[in-house]
Amino acid sequence: MNSIGNDKETPGSEPEQEKKHIFDEPKNLYRLLGIFFFLCWFLFLSDLLFLYLPRHSSFHEGIFNAEGTFGFYGTYGFVACVILVLTAKQMRKFLMRKEDYYDE
Amino acid sequence: MSSIHPALILLFGSLLLPLLRGNARKTWLILIPVIGFINLLGIDVGTVRSITFMGYELEVLRADKLSLLFGYLFHIAAFIGAIYALQVKSHVKLVTALMYAGSAVGAVFAGDLLSFFVFWELLAVTSVFQVWMGGRKNSINSGIRYLLVHVSSGLLLLAGAALRYQETGSLDFGHMELVGLANWLIFLAIGIKCAFPLLHTWLVDSYPEASPTGTVFLSAFTTKVAVYALARGFAGTEVLIFIGTVMTMFPIFYAVIENDLRRVLGYSMINQIGFMVVGIGIGTPLAINGAIAHAFNDVIFKSLLFMSMGAVLFRTGKINGSELGGIYKSMPWTAGFCMVGAASISAFPLFSGFVSKSMVMVAAGENGMLGVWLCLLFASAGVFHHAGIKIPFFAFFAHDSGIRTREAPLNMLVAMGIAAFLCVFNGTFPWLLYSLLPNEVDYHPYSLTHVINQTQLLFFSALAFTYLKLSGIYPPELRSVNLDADWFYRNGLQRLNRAASWSLNGLNAWAHRVVVEGLVHRLNHFFRHGPARFLVLLMRPYWKLHGLSEEELIHREKALYVQAELGAFPIGITACLAVIMMAVVLLGLLPKPG
Repeated sequence: MNSIGNDKETPGSEPEQEKKHIFDEPKNLYRLLGIFFFLCWFLFLSDLLFLYLPRHSSFHEGIFNAEGTFGFYGTYGFVACVILVLTAKQMRKFLMRKEDYYDE
Repeated sequence: MSSIHPALILLFGSLLLPLLRGNARKTWLILIPVIGFINLLGIDVGTVRSITFMGYELEVLRADKLSLLFGYLFHIAAFIGAIYALQVKSHVKLVTALMYAGSAVGAVFAGDLLSFFVFWELLAVTSVFQVWMGGRKNSINSGIRYLLVHVSSGLLLLAGAALRYQETGSLDFGHMELVGLANWLIFLAIGIKCAFPLLHTWLVDSYPEASPTGTVFLSAFTTKVAVYALARGFAGTEVLIFIGTVMTMFPIFYAVIENDLRRVLGYSMINQIGFMVVGIGIGTPLAINGAIAHAFNDVIFKSLLFMSMGAVLFRTGKINGSELGGIYKSMPWTAGFCMVGAASISAFPLFSGFVSKSMVMVAAGENGMLGVWLCLLFASAGVFHHAGIKIPFFAFFAHDSGIRTREAPLNMLVAMGIAAFLCVFNGTFPWLLYSLLPNEVDYHPYSLTHVINQTQLLFFSALAFTYLKLSGIYPPELRSVNLDADWFYRNGLQRLNRAASWSLNGLNAWAHRVVVEGLVHRLNHFFRHGPARFLVLLMRPYWKLHGLSEEELIHREKALYVQAELGAFPIGITACLAVIMMAVVLLGLLPKPG
């Protein structure tokens, strides 16, 4: 339901015309997404800092060198979440039942 | 040393509540945890108090850094919960809620297994009222299941304690090795309350069935007492690393597809306890500290999340992701507090999860546990995905559900505000919390590496969510139930019952048909008519030989039949048969000559 159109076309259907909220304006949503994508790029590129600064590794030398590679955490987070959602979606096929499944 | 036992104030102070009315009642409700906390401040590390009970020396109070930290935590949780519950009218609900908090405090100060058992059972008995009085469709049944599970846990603990006493002659509650039946029983008892995998279903079953205030209390105490007990009894037990890792992993998959947002929080709770269990399993000073610090932070941010969802439920009467959305327009403050809780559980820098969860991760890395570490990292991304994004997004944003309501009541907002403040405080000034931890720590969460790594992980998890949502791949919120391990007793047992009932009752019916109705009937028939027919068959050729006419033949047959049926044979025949029988028996039994 897009409440912007509704408010303009049917005034008086509600006692008070509803206040416009921040995400009723699609522009604000795009702005937020823009900031978000920018921050993602920024964080990805901030790994460049470690070309000059020492990076503290979680593991002792030689156990898991991949941790220090460029963008490891970002990639891992993205891939993990995609795997998580796709797996969970498949789980629905054999786990999901009707809401009243346990009701007698 | 002038302090009284810290559990007493919460346990018995609450009993005054039904005597008070109006503002006096509200004031007293808030004052009880405050007085308890002040009393607790008077108890120092090393305080021990014992009583003698039926010949047993019971250490009802043993204070060390570990128990004191949990003591403070439970008072804070009770305080926040009390403010949140100010509008609750039911005396029973409030009295049992504070007694529940008191039982938790008593349990963490118990120095021996018997007093620990008493508080352990009290926890079960007092907390079940929060489920029963939830006022939701399944509250009663769910509460019964909850009570059964927790009473079983208590029985296992008692059995373990008794066996241990037999073996060692001591009831002391200290470190135990996971060998022997006694210790395994105690371990299992704690495991049930700690929501180990497959033993976890009581949590996700009952917490969403409690009232908005009930779940806030429930989420704070039971599982954290279990975490305390593991840290006290089984620190460094290797199997805990495996158990904890599984606990961090499997609930996040369930959380993604779960519709009831408080059940999502229940799953994410198991995930967070998993981090603590891993920390306790690793057992190094840093790992134990991480586990305990995370337990502390988890109580606060999980309360905050449950409070915000409770407020939504309180105002709208709805809690399913499929029915909510756009609530930020009506409840902006609640939405804001919820996002603070979400940021804390996701371990964003400056929020509390960041300073505690990472200690467990670092400990896993230092010990070279690559597999465990990768799982924990996966779970960290996952927890942000479902608790950090899904909860606020589907409740407050997403599509506008058209629900317009009022902001949460003031007392709820104040309670959420205090919790949110503590989340940010512990995240920005972790040193106060660190100073209360049982081990000396030299850990600095705010290194450049840690901040960038963690933010990158979280932002790219959010990016994945955004991508999947915008592309329509993300599974929609659906009204549904997802099968979990409790299927085995909620449905499996029912099916077993039905199968048993079908097969056994079928067998019974068959037996009835064949034996009672068939065999007995036939035997009866046989014994009634058989001899007569036999005699008739025997006599017929004889009579025929005598040349009787057909009419006479029929007449004689009828007479004989009646005679035989009435049993009107000469007694001599019976006597004869009896003698023959006796002869056969005697000949058979007598020893053979020679």
